[in-house]
Formats: sequence, structure tokens, C-alpha cells
Amino acid sequence: MDLHYSAEDLAFRDEVRSFLETSYPDHLRSRASRDEVTKQDFLDWQKILYNRGWGAPAWPKEYGGTGWSSTQKYIFQEECARAETLGVPPFGMSMLAPVLMAFANEKQKSYYLPRILDGTDFWCQGYSEPGAGSDLASLKTRAEKDGDSWVINGQKTWTTLAHFADWIFVLCRTDPTARKPQEGISFILVNIKTPGVEVRPIITMDGGHEVNETWFTDVRVPLENIVGEENQGWTYAKYLLVHERSGIAGVARSKKAVERLKHIASIELDRGEPIIRNADFARKVAELEIDLTALEFTELRTLAREAQGKGAGPESSVLKIKGTEIQQRLTELTLEAVGVYGAPYFRGFPMEGGNQFPIGPDYAHHSAPAYANMRKTSIYGGSNEIQRNIIAKMVLGL
Amino acid sequence: MDFNFTPEQDTLRDQIARLVRDQNDFDTRRKVSRSEPGWRPALWSQFAELGLLGAPFSEEDGGFGGSVVESMIVMEEFGKGLVIEPYLQTVVIAGGFLRHAGSAAQKEDHLASIIGGERVFAFAYSEPKSRFDLNDVSTTARREGDGYVLNGHKAVVLAAPFASHLIVTARTSGAQRDKGGVSVFIVPKAAKGVSTRDYPTVDGLRASEVYFENVHVPASDLIGAADHGFPLVEAVVDEAIAALCAEAHGAMKVLNQTTLDYSKTRKQFGQPIGNFQVLQHRLADMFMAYEQSVSMTYMVTLKLGEPETARKMAASAAKVQIGKAGRLVSQEAVQIHGGMGMTDELNVGHFFKRLTMIESQFGNTDWHLRRFTELSNS
Repeated sequence: MDLHYSAEDLAFRDEVRSFLETSYPDHLRSRASRDEVTKQDFLDWQKILYNRGWGAPAWPKEYGGTGWSSTQKYIFQEECARAETLGVPPFGMSMLAPVLMAFANEKQKSYYLPRILDGTDFWCQGYSEPGAGSDLASLKTRAEKDGDSWVINGQKTWTTLAHFADWIFVLCRTDPTARKPQEGISFILVNIKTPGVEVRPIITMDGGHEVNETWFTDVRVPLENIVGEENQGWTYAKYLLVHERSGIAGVARSKKAVERLKHIASIELDRGEPIIRNADFARKVAELEIDLTALEFTELRTLAREAQGKGAGPESSVLKIKGTEIQQRLTELTLEAVGVYGAPYFRGFPMEGGNQFPIGPDYAHHSAPAYANMRKTSIYGGSNEIQRNIIAKMVLGL
Repeated sequence: MDFNFTPEQDTLRDQIARLVRDQNDFDTRRKVSRSEPGWRPALWSQFAELGLLGAPFSEEDGGFGGSVVESMIVMEEFGKGLVIEPYLQTVVIAGGFLRHAGSAAQKEDHLASIIGGERVFAFAYSEPKSRFDLNDVSTTARREGDGYVLNGHKAVVLAAPFASHLIVTARTSGAQRDKGGVSVFIVPKAAKGVSTRDYPTVDGLRASEVYFENVHVPASDLIGAADHGFPLVEAVVDEAIAALCAEAHGAMKVLNQTTLDYSKTRKQFGQPIGNFQVLQHRLADMFMAYEQSVSMTYMVTLKLGEPETARKMAASAAKVQIGKAGRLVSQEAVQIHGGMGMTDELNVGHFFKRLTMIESQFGNTDWHLRRFTELSNS
């Protein structure tokens, strides 16, 4: 057991840090003050990473990944969070890609993976349906064979960034007569420009547009667009969800957010003193930091196990639950720190006479919408109730 | 011991509930909050016609002989409908200042037009650096001739975009955080030197930054005694807290009912999600949080007339209960609704946002815990 970075690790950290300092573009640095990130922002950042050879830090070298050790991957995440870079959308890079590597045929791997890597294809996830949320296996979207095509009909929902996407991977029911709902599901790749696919925005309570409804009406895609075996999609779907969960802890980003919170709390006054000197508030920040440390070391232990080839298991549910609770708590405390200036709201209101400009300190602007928005984290990726069920059943054997 | 309402109070509640249901359904409220002017003067007139704006005033003040209990009823029903219109600011707060300390001339001037719906008030007290401290006042009122000259900046003044008049706290003597030296003024928003920057708030209301630049106010618009306004401000804000608690428990009632209904109809794994014990316990916690909030709203409302320390402790205790319960209920309501709870389309998120803002209005949970602790140990 050793907590210290080796000399090579430290040199790597410096290399990443200086790359981010010199190569992270200015127009993305200012994005924090904007309401929403554009598709072009994501593409710009992916291209820069790709050109540096770091397009897919977590992929094996044979697919164009970095081949980094888990320590190096960890350092890279830390440095990106420290520099407050844009996140890379997980749908292609860290959700679909592992599934393709594990289950797709060579032709699919050689076509799709490079296009994820260089940003050619933007992916989104077709999992949840109006009637199939926590109970994902009850999904109803149908794919039927007709000649050399699948014909897909149904509706997916909460499709994050579908309005940016070129492709969507869709869980479809291909055998409605199967004995159990988990059987008879297939994993199919659909170009979102295919006739019959319609993406409709869902506006969330913070006013943002991240998620969508995605409708499929007689959508025809080639039979070869299925990944792996017909009716075995549930296996791949679960494999993906485990990967989704381990990425969901967000430790590095949360550490940065704690720093930001402490900065705000050193400026905001309470009884004329910085609120960080208020013992009640300071205690809450300290508790959060300690929770985050526990999560960080839990994640490190998981990574170490993975590095020994033991693979992410149901323990990744711990990372999902604790990670999202911490992210939510961070936004709660940030909103609390900013006091009365959490209230003004500026997104999308047609104010007359150009009477529309920021009020209060910059860091306060997005605090209430961020608090509202982060409630999603305990719902998505398998709700935290479902994660606790997984721990109870798969880990504890209850 | 009697927690029953009078038949008149029951009638009042029924009237308001009907009005809110008919005129302020969720879609209408959302549409109003997102278009100009952000509220409905016509609805305000209806409030006046129904007598709501005069409900808590004594008959000698031109009101209908009610009390803080009437305001509690109004606010609870308004909370159920997320009513935007500024009853709290106009009737409870401005009305409160006038009831407690208004001169005969001031009452004469303002009460009838509040009750009649012609004048709308906002309460300009918080400042960019004051957080929740009512004594932290940098805005100055300098004595000049037979009046005062106001200079300063008030932050996040709710309902100011709708208001014809402002109640303003300003410093007539002492240092920024002194409790002495605070005075209270009535200032027409149209007075020379008053300017505003208006904006929406996250919970669908409107507020303004209000700037005073050499605003001349006659001495006759000072409410109460110069330099001694702070205890008056505290008393009125405690009444506002009681009213806000009623609004909050009204909001919680709807959220709980909505969430309960959803848990009975939403099916996953072949059964209503309300069948799962983990959700049953959480719905039970939400129910308890609501019941405790109702209790504390009654408690503070009935203790508003007690001596200062008891009244303040009651208000802080109620605000702490409401803050904690509002957070629990709003977060659980979203969680149990799942993705649907996150949408702008459902009312759940709108109640969530209002309860979130109520938590910090007139001091957040921590602020009131500290006030309660200090009073209880002094």
C-alpha cells in the first residue's frame, strides 16, 4: 500500500497540467458564464484531445486509446477537473465503446470506434421509456425483422443530448414471446437522421434543455446494426450500466466544486464575517469534504481492483450513490452560501427594454438552477433506490 | 384549547380555494409568471372584491375584523396554488407596519387603498452584503429640512416590479450593523431618485434591485420612531415568517398529495411503486414533515402576540421546521416522481423551487437555529 505518486507519475501530471494550460481554448474557458454548452464546444474539445493522442484516455491502445495505467487515468481526470475543462459526453466514449469492444464484431469495431474517438459521431443512449424507468427490462420499443432491415417502433425518453446526436444505441424488444422481460431484448445502433426518428425537447425545472423524448415510427435500419447476439441485449445493457456507474462518482469534479464552495464562502458575509467562519456552515463543508475523501478512497480501491483485472462489479453502485449524494450536497451548500442572490433567474425570459443583466456576484448566478438540476443525479443511471437494491441483492445476498 | 376555525374562517378558506382553483391553475400560473408584467392586476382586484386584502385588519382600520389567523388561511391556500400576487408584501408586511406603528394619517392614507387593491407594496430591506441580518443596513437616511434624504441599494426586493410603494429600512444613525439607528420609511416607487432593475426569480416571482439616489422623503412618511425601527422590523418580519410558514405547508400539502397519487398509479416491476416499503416509509416521513409543519405554523401564528423573546423563538422554531420539512418534502417528491419530477411540465418542480426559496426567505434554517439558540440560552 502506497499513497505517493512515483516520479514518473509526477512527471506525467506536469505534462497534463501544462498541456491543459496551453491547449484548453479560451472560448471554452468562458463557458461557465453561459447557460448551455453547444455541440461545437464538445467537438472542439474532443478534437484537441484527439490531436494530442488523448482522445480516449480510458481505452486500450489497440483501439486508439492511451494505454495509461489507472493511476495515469486518475491523474488525467484530476487535472481536467482542476482546469475546469468541459466534460466529455459519456455516451459514445465510456458507455457504448466498452460494449462494442466486448461484444461487437470486427467490422463494427473498426467502423464505429474511430469515429467516436475523433468526434465524427456524437452518440446518445436509448434506454428509458415512459413506462420503463427503474424497471428498464419492461421496455416496449419493438424491433421487427423485415427483409434486410430492422423496423423499429416505440418511444425512448430522457435521451440526454439527443438533439446533438448523430447516432443512438437503442434497447429494443425483438422477442415479445420470451419467458422473462430480460430476455428478448436486442442492442441496436440507429443513425438518428434515419426517417421516422423524431427528437422532441424536454425542458427541465431549471429551464435547461439536456434531455429529450425520442420517437421511432417505422424506422428502418440494416440488420447488421445489431450489436452481438439477437435477444442478448440485456447482458450488454447491464455491462454498460456498470461502466456508467463507475464513471458517475465524479470525485475530481466534486473536489474542484468544494474548492469553489470554499472560495465563495470566503467572500460571502454572514454577520459581517466570511461565512466560512460561521461554525455551523464550516462544519457542513467539513463533513462534505470528509464524505468526499471516503468516496475518493473507495474509488481508488475500486480502480486498484480493476487494474488487477478484477473488473467493476456491483460495488460500483456505492460510487454512484455516494458520488451523486455529494454532488447534490455541493449544490445545496453553494446555494446556501450565496444567500439572497440565489434567487434571480435570467434564462430565457423575454424582458422588456433590454432590462436583462446579471444581478449579484457571478458565482451566484447558476446556483439555484444547479441545485434543481442536480436532483437528476439520484434518478438517472439507475436511481439510487435501484442501486441500493443492487447492493442488497448482489453484494449482501439478501 | 381550540384549533378549530370559525365558520367565517372556513368560508374564507373555501372562497380562496375556489378562486385559486378557477383562476390560478398550474398552466395559467406558469404562463403569467413567464410573460409581462409577471402578475395579474385583475386577479389582485378580485382579491380586493372578495375582501381578502382586508381580512386581517380590524374594523376600525377599515378591515373585516380578522387577525393573523386570516392571513394564515390566505397564505396556506395561496401556497397550494403557488400564487404570485404579493399578498405577503402588501397585506402582511406593509399592513403589519401600518397596524403596529402607522400614524393616523398614514393609516388613513394607505390602509383603505391596500384593502381596496389600489396600492401594492414591496419590502426593501435586504442589501447586497446584509445576508439575513435585518440590522445590517447601509442604506442611509440623512435628515434634511423637514424630511430625509435616502441613498443606498436594496437587493432582491420581491414584488418590487409590481409595487406602487416601498417600505424601506434605512440608517438614520449608528454603524452598519447597529441595532439602533434603523428607521422605516414609506416611499412611493415613483419618487424622484428611485430606480429599479427588475428580473424574474427562480420560483417564478419577480424582484428588483432598488437604488435610492438622493430620494427626498418627508418626515410624515417615517413609520414609527426615528432610530428605533429595528424592533418594529423584527416584529413585522416574524409575522411575515408565520405567513410564509403557512404558504410553505400549503405547498407541501399539494406535493405530498401529488406524490402519493403518483406512487399509487405509477407501475414498475408489475406493481404500483407505492407497494415498495422503501417508498412507503419515505411517504410516511413526508407526511410527518407536513403535519409537524402545520403544527408549527399554528404555534407561531398563535404566539405572535407574546412578549418579544417568546415571539422570536416561536418564529425561528417554525422557520427551522418549515425549512427542514420543505427540503425533505420537495426533494423526495422529485425523487419519487423520477425523471417526471425533473420536468418543467409537471407542477412538482415548481413547488420544489418555491419551497427552496422559502427556505432562505427571511433567514434560512441555520440563521434561525442560531437565533433560537441564542435566545434560548440568554
